[in-house]
Amino acid sequence: MIRFLFKGLLRDHSRSLFPVLTVAAGVILTVFLHAWMNGAWISVIQSTAHYSTGHVRVMTRAYAKEKDQVPNDLALLGIDTIMTKLRQEFPDMLWTPRINFGGLLDIPDAHGETRIQSPVVGLGADLLTPGSPEWKILNIQSAIVRGRTIRNRNEMLISEELAQKLGVQPGQTATLISSTMNGSMTTANFTIAGTVLFGVGAMDRGAVITDLADMQRVLDMQQGAGEILGFFPDDFYHEDRAIAATSAFNNQYNNSSNQFAPVMGYLRNDSGLSDYLDLITLFSNVILGVFLLAMSIVLWNSGLTGSLRRYGEIGVRLAIGEEKGHIYRSMIAESLMIGFVGSLIGTSIGLVFAYYMQVKGFNIGALLKNNSIMIDNIVRARITPLSYIIGFLPGMLATLCGTALSGVGIYKRQTSQLFKELET
Amino acid sequence: MKRIFFLLLLSPAILLAQTPSGDEILKKVDRNMVTENKIFTSRMIIHGRRESRTVESKSWQRHTNEAFTEYLAPAREQGTKMLKLQDNLWTYSPSTDRIIMISGHMMRQSVMGSDLSYEDMMEDPHLPNLYSAKVIGEEIFHERQCCVLELSAKKEDIAYYRRQIWVDKSRFVALKENLYAKSGMLLKTMDIREVMEVQHHWIAKSVLYKDVLKEGQGTEFFVDSIVLDTAIADYLFSKAALKK
Repeated sequence: MIRFLFKGLLRDHSRSLFPVLTVAAGVILTVFLHAWMNGAWISVIQSTAHYSTGHVRVMTRAYAKEKDQVPNDLALLGIDTIMTKLRQEFPDMLWTPRINFGGLLDIPDAHGETRIQSPVVGLGADLLTPGSPEWKILNIQSAIVRGRTIRNRNEMLISEELAQKLGVQPGQTATLISSTMNGSMTTANFTIAGTVLFGVGAMDRGAVITDLADMQRVLDMQQGAGEILGFFPDDFYHEDRAIAATSAFNNQYNNSSNQFAPVMGYLRNDSGLSDYLDLITLFSNVILGVFLLAMSIVLWNSGLTGSLRRYGEIGVRLAIGEEKGHIYRSMIAESLMIGFVGSLIGTSIGLVFAYYMQVKGFNIGALLKNNSIMIDNIVRARITPLSYIIGFLPGMLATLCGTALSGVGIYKRQTSQLFKELET
Repeated sequence: MKRIFFLLLLSPAILLAQTPSGDEILKKVDRNMVTENKIFTSRMIIHGRRESRTVESKSWQRHTNEAFTEYLAPAREQGTKMLKLQDNLWTYSPSTDRIIMISGHMMRQSVMGSDLSYEDMMEDPHLPNLYSAKVIGEEIFHERQCCVLELSAKKEDIAYYRRQIWVDKSRFVALKENLYAKSGMLLKTMDIREVMEVQHHWIAKSVLYKDVLKEGQGTEFFVDSIVLDTAIADYLFSKAALKK
């Protein structure tokens, strides 16, 4: 029966070609959009984790309340003890302390006077401790544009964009002007070891990276760090595990009223991305929903047109005694075949487009000039196992709904009127 | 009887005429508190959210718009110097051996983590140049009879658009100040807890500054020694002095 119907579809192009093309077009769009939004979502998550919040983050309660202002006066102190505790309690995670800071980078002229200054956003990361995970997390080696990475104390990396703006070269001295954790103005000379380009607008605009120990000294934060970041070893954000770790850690301090007690947060809530990520998910669902609705309407219309064109054929089939239900079911079976073939073609082409965008990506840097969200300038699609099946659901459902709706007309045909209709 | 009635009728006007205007009081405060030259050593006890720190310094001030300050303690700040010449402010840190000009938004930064900003340091101490004053009441404050002045800025680009000051009526020293933004928000308070008489001037010896927008218990400022109207060498008020 299926073979018979399939042959019918192949031989009658008007019955199959347009619906298959319509389904394929819709499925291409669905597969590509899903992979694209998936890529953007993963990019935001990874960049935010690597450069800002980690998968989980430990701060003092007071710091957590004002974290957007980077209040280093409320930083964690005695971080060796806290790090040891974290490594014991969560041995399957990587832990690394960081100091975020703001300030001015002052470039002297030949006489030591200020030649140019620029506001900077700084990151003090553990770069000189052997085996530190920061090199991999921050991807520093591959981000180097000129010069080299940090190898010695009192060296810094600055973003290539900032280096060009300030007109400085690797090897030159720059003075960092910032505030100690006590609020005093502090100045420190650094040698610019190299320039970096992370491909993340928020970092590339005016970032400086220094070793953690240097910043502890400069900001008068001995044994201190603004935050300790935790990462899952596979570098993927597992929200359920992050929530479990957060809950287990915070429960230990529930009875403490100390505003400097450590508190853990997980990426989704801690980064302020919660609403943003929910919005992306909502948009994905809305796009799929709208697609499904539009395709159903198109295929319903196509089914109606087909039914009108096949009016005579259905009449003859009814006249020779074929049951209305059988005709309806055979049309549904046809639609499922069309849906399957269309989805297969659409998924294949959609995956090709998605793969192309996964490799090449699309530079949205110009749109992110003043954006503070951590996202790669080049957004790439990301094909996941779901990408292979995501198009089948709307593709099959749309044809099914379209035929199911238009096929209702079969039941309205009156057998008594058939010959009269066929005569005309 | 008519004469008595006439005198009673006139008495408020006579009393009003005897009370100096706000601007006159402000000028008297200015004459008392602002001196031509002074050298003083001071301590700031900064009460932060975590701990308190003491910062000691020695300052030389000339013509009210030139100042040189050297920080003496704690060890981390020792040797840090600041130079104010008219509207410019430079700082020198021995660790970098650099002279850095403080300008723009850095002026709003706190001085050594205290409740005072660089902008406060740069302010023209001659309040009559910046504000017009009116008397809005009288109060006893710190057991001294004070008149309360409300100061309104004469120009727009000013850190504190409005001030309320409590002026000791006989010593003409401001014992308390509330500093407001243009929006009316209270930004800072200053409470002079102890005054001393030096060379016929009543001068603050102990002051509590509080940045209302900042958590903590404020900054106590103590003048440990002071000499007024003394000669100060010219070389101090040059950038070269910062590196010496």
